[in-house]
Amino acid sequence: MATIELRQVEKKFGDLHAVKPLDLTIQDGEFIVLLGPSGCGKTTTLRMISGLETVSGGTIWLNERNVTWLHPSERDIAFVFQFYALYPHLSAWKNIAFPLQAQGESRETVEKRVNEVVKLLRIEHLLKARPGQLSGGDQQRVALARALVRHPAAFLMDEPLGALDADFRETMRSEIKRLHVLQHATTVYVTHDQIEAMAMGDRIVVMSEAQIQQIGTPAEVYNDPSNLFVARFIGSPGMNLVNGKYADGVVQMAGLDNRYAVPQGWQGAIKKGLDGGSDLVIGFRPEAAQIDDLGKLVGKVYASEMQGSSAVLHLTINEDEIIHIRTDRLIPYPIDSLVHFDINPQMVRFFSLNTEAAIQPEVTQ
Amino acid sequence: MASFEETGPRTPVVEPTRVDRVHPRAKWGKTIRVILTVIVTFIMIIPVLVMIMTAFKSRADIVTPPPKVFFSPTLEGFLYLFTDRSILNTSNLAAERANPGDLNYWQKLALSVGQKINGPSDYVGRLKNSMIIAGTSTILSVILGLFAAYAFSRFKIAGKDDLLFFILSTRMLPGVVVTIPLFLLYKLLGWNDTHIGMIILYTVFNLSFSVWLLKGFIDEIPIEYEEAALVDGYTRLQAFFRVVLPQAVNGIAATTVFCLIFAWNEYAFALMLTSEKARTAPPSIATMLGSGGLEWSAIAAGSLGFLIPVAIVTFALRDYLLRGVTFGAVRK
Repeated sequence: MATIELRQVEKKFGDLHAVKPLDLTIQDGEFIVLLGPSGCGKTTTLRMISGLETVSGGTIWLNERNVTWLHPSERDIAFVFQFYALYPHLSAWKNIAFPLQAQGESRETVEKRVNEVVKLLRIEHLLKARPGQLSGGDQQRVALARALVRHPAAFLMDEPLGALDADFRETMRSEIKRLHVLQHATTVYVTHDQIEAMAMGDRIVVMSEAQIQQIGTPAEVYNDPSNLFVARFIGSPGMNLVNGKYADGVVQMAGLDNRYAVPQGWQGAIKKGLDGGSDLVIGFRPEAAQIDDLGKLVGKVYASEMQGSSAVLHLTINEDEIIHIRTDRLIPYPIDSLVHFDINPQMVRFFSLNTEAAIQPEVTQ
Repeated sequence: MASFEETGPRTPVVEPTRVDRVHPRAKWGKTIRVILTVIVTFIMIIPVLVMIMTAFKSRADIVTPPPKVFFSPTLEGFLYLFTDRSILNTSNLAAERANPGDLNYWQKLALSVGQKINGPSDYVGRLKNSMIIAGTSTILSVILGLFAAYAFSRFKIAGKDDLLFFILSTRMLPGVVVTIPLFLLYKLLGWNDTHIGMIILYTVFNLSFSVWLLKGFIDEIPIEYEEAALVDGYTRLQAFFRVVLPQAVNGIAATTVFCLIFAWNEYAFALMLTSEKARTAPPSIATMLGSGGLEWSAIAAGSLGFLIPVAIVTFALRDYLLRGVTFGAVRK
């Protein structure tokens, strides 16, 4: 299919940067998710790849072909919109055939290709209906069929599941993922839903404030966030981030007089990362905390939430900081009781408070 | 208090639970509304009914007090309207009546009121002028308006708001005010009493209206449709024709009818700027009052004939209009 390469691509509206210069290389057949809160520039980036938005600087390469200033119709890409954008005056069948007609395909070819894609998506029974008569999910299926029918070099999807009901979104999520695997199609997928991003992406590009925060596989982004924004944004609830002061292998937290002994392997890295300072942030996922009566850390129960397979315990740890711990759902914890816990040393991360960047562990020999 | 287990359904509810019975008072309300609508419609349509009746009355029936509701219809009014006639003196009349064999229906009708047809009246030509001028100017203003509205709706245009305001401002003073400067201008250009002059005038007059109205409709069409067409391999012009146009059809229909009604009914400019060659029907119906006494049936027939083309167009476009004149207030 295709590789996509962005080199120093940027977008300005007046003096305002919608997208700051960014570099991104997307491999052939890869499923890339652009993830970020609204207004972070992810949709603008996608639209620049499609050509619906012009770039203010930089170049875009599709299969080593410079397409920066090509018209959208000349780029050989397909775009799936959040609100489907099916032509309301055409039947589903005609909607799917529409891109083929632009290429001036013969009637037999159109019919053959439409039938193929219709079979793939199992939407044979919808073909005569107008988009207005279809449910949201079926409309999105037709929209996907319209994108697939042309065998484009790459698929660009702008929150294609954003307008669907929650339970239906999961069905469509797996359908899109399956299609991607079957078609081996390079896909760029925009979403603000981090669960969707984790579930679908081969790699996730986390964006915020018009620039890339981190590029990595879902596991990398989840386990090793590169900065505080990514740590907070990924995961539900996000990573616990507790402020403290570092001195001689111990982090002193405020409030309940918690002292955290930093694992041996980290001490050198932290010293280097803080560069003489002492303000740091400890980060750990809710599942990294292990409740243990002999635990070194202590928190006061603020609330507990039953979440089905597990429960989430909200603990006050400093005066106004609340952390989340995943626990066994069977044990009730009364409000305001004290809970002792430890952090799994494999799963603890450290950030510099000043730069907000993650402190990189020293490479073990 | 009874628990849900005691009062709630014990088996799954499978039949529809919607109740189709309506409270009697609500039913009465509906009937009264329908009756009121019929009455109001009837009152509004009375002048039109009187006009239609008058068009088919004989001269005697028209002036009879009180006005007759039941009468024997004749086409005299249309005879007066469409033909130029001379009154026969007694001896000629007798001679004509003696030999009625090779006369057609209209000639016989004329003979029955003591007249002879000399040829078609001016009105026929004027109705034709009306059709040419109103039709052409409507088509022009809708097409030009459509492209302008699309550009205003979709593209970044320097000073867009000012331009739009300027376009609207052309409607802010009554048209009659500019008739004299316009008359002088047209005299200079040699456009007085020409079709082209009237077509351009009406087109310009309708353009502001059509740009604004159509812009509203095009704004309602999500831009994603065109973007989808663009990435699907169409050029912008193709996307416009294949995606925007079919969806703007309601707006186009509504605009067409409004523009047509204006151009078709326009009286003041037509009176000032046309005399013979390009005179349209509205001023000519009014001037019928002057020649040969008050031919009420001819005036009524003229008005009726004048009404019909617009009525046909409006009727043909009624499905689109109904949706169109709500100005996109109702979302599908």
